[in-house]
Amino acid sequence: MIKIVKRDQPSRAIFFFTPVLAIFLTLVAGGLIFFILGFKPFEALKFFFIVPIADKYGFSELLLKATPLCLIAIGLSFCFKSNNWNIGAEGQLTFGAIVSGGVALLFYEQEGFYILPIVILAGAIGGMLYASIPAILKTYFNTNEILVSLMLVYVSKLILDYLVVGPWSNPEGFNFPETRQFSDSAKLPLLFEGLRIHAGIFLALAAVVISWFVFYKTYLGFQMKVSGFSLKTAKYAGYKGKKMIILVFLISGACAGLAGVGEITGPIGQLHREISPDYGFTAIIVAFLGRLHPVGIIFASLVVAITYLGAETAQIFMQIPKYTGQVFQGMILFFLLASDYLLFFKFKFIGSKK
Amino acid sequence: MIIDINFIGLIIASIMASAVPLILASCGELITERSGVLNLGVEGMMIIGAISGFALMTVTGSLIIAIFGAMLAGVLISTIFAFLTQTLITNHVATGLALTIFGIGISAMIGKNFVGIPGKEFPVFFEGFKDTIPLLGPILFGHSIVFYFAFALPFITSYFLKKTKIGLIVRAVGDSPESASNQGINVRLVRYACILYGGAMSGLAGAYLSMIYTPQWIENMTGGRGWIALALVVFSTWNPIKILIGAMIFGGLTIIQFHMQAIGVRIPVQFLTALPYIVTIIVLVVISRNSRKIRLSTPSSLGKSFYKDN
Repeated sequence: MIKIVKRDQPSRAIFFFTPVLAIFLTLVAGGLIFFILGFKPFEALKFFFIVPIADKYGFSELLLKATPLCLIAIGLSFCFKSNNWNIGAEGQLTFGAIVSGGVALLFYEQEGFYILPIVILAGAIGGMLYASIPAILKTYFNTNEILVSLMLVYVSKLILDYLVVGPWSNPEGFNFPETRQFSDSAKLPLLFEGLRIHAGIFLALAAVVISWFVFYKTYLGFQMKVSGFSLKTAKYAGYKGKKMIILVFLISGACAGLAGVGEITGPIGQLHREISPDYGFTAIIVAFLGRLHPVGIIFASLVVAITYLGAETAQIFMQIPKYTGQVFQGMILFFLLASDYLLFFKFKFIGSKK
Repeated sequence: MIIDINFIGLIIASIMASAVPLILASCGELITERSGVLNLGVEGMMIIGAISGFALMTVTGSLIIAIFGAMLAGVLISTIFAFLTQTLITNHVATGLALTIFGIGISAMIGKNFVGIPGKEFPVFFEGFKDTIPLLGPILFGHSIVFYFAFALPFITSYFLKKTKIGLIVRAVGDSPESASNQGINVRLVRYACILYGGAMSGLAGAYLSMIYTPQWIENMTGGRGWIALALVVFSTWNPIKILIGAMIFGGLTIIQFHMQAIGVRIPVQFLTALPYIVTIIVLVVISRNSRKIRLSTPSSLGKSFYKDN
């Protein structure tokens, strides 16, 4: 007979094992979906998860997609660890890209080593400004940050749309909804000849290192952890709750803004309507899959980045609709949350008593 | 300038029509939240309802099958949420987000074959009475069954919560699951039922969009309405009648933007489109500022998992 018992303490080994289990279960379920859709499951999975990263170019594309995911997820982990539900990273990314794009356009056809740092800084500030809206409304007006940050995503995309169609559109661009190309000094340098991977990856790695340090070596990290466990305890300990809320939002806004900069000054090189394939939303999954741990987030961003590439490859080679990527992302999160059950409960085998 | 009074009636009727999906989804979510469960997957359940309704209508040709099929699809997808949050005790916020991401993906996958197919005409009632009463004629007559149902729903919901025994049980479970459980109420069962009901209403809201309001399948056609529906529940301070008011305001914003474009107001179209989202934020701020009122009206256990050792 099997009985389900609550664990006295969440199991630490299982804490790091369940993400792997979740990925495995997603593959099984994904294979099943492919089968139902009339594809050969193993072949489809191969096109989805192996073919895209089988060569040098594919691997560079993987890093290219993983960079913004990792960067945003690191920022989000500050919020999620301290019980702040910022789900509008997509908006903060977009607004960061708008501000840095605007600055880059000011330097149109100018060259100079100082341009790129200014453009990058502008993006971080843009993201922070945009993230400060839900933060301030939450702390001073008691407003639900989930809904505010999400509504702002729609607003940011409309602002971008207005700018690239209207005042910022390329005067020689035949009315295409896009700005001029940025000058070379406003673009992130490429790392290898012929590959699209760019220096933005160092921003992500820096974020990983800094966040690890903050989480595990500073008083702020400790405060965040306590607030995440119990807001009452944090209050009792006398932590300045409002300050912390605003701080974590600013950090995650800056990270999302930097991800936006990386996209427009890296592979895109200008502003147009679609600068992000929902990286800001997908990064929420990355943050959870990585267990809000900087190193975990690196692995998680690579795994989830494959779903983007796989969706494209599978569409080209097998005519599998590209939205399968999103389906996979949703499933990963479902299975991860579900397998967390094992964290708190265990199955006990009991021999029949006589 | 003389404005035809029936024209005003038509504008009000169109505002009401755009309020319908919001009312349906909000009233469903309100019941879910009253039982203590925060389901952020409304947008995902709505879009699943939209594609299911449209696909079933195209394939079977039956509007009845399509409408009920969309509701069933909403129920099925919300079952995932219910199983995760109630049986496996997962976090409500994260699970709801997963539901939305998953729903948008699945709907686009199914919907690929239905893009560009024209919709069917949906039967309306009392078409002939439209011209009999000035102003009120277009408001009262010539609408679909879903339209009339939506405007009755807040009153039904209010009656259900205040006057029926099951309504009382739902409120008890949301306000104090421990004491409800001690009274012998199966908290988990009640919450399951409320989640599935919310799924059905979101599914219906989606079907209304793709079968009656638009009527065709467009990818991502819910366009944030599910999130606005969630905001409306907060706006209403969990009172179904106030959902009606909120939904009319947002319906009005959507419709006015069309008319302002039509008469050539020189405001960028993007600003008008952003208006409902911006107003949602402003309204949330105004409502939430009064933290005492929010605290008193929010179901006490909202978003908190309930686990009973047995």
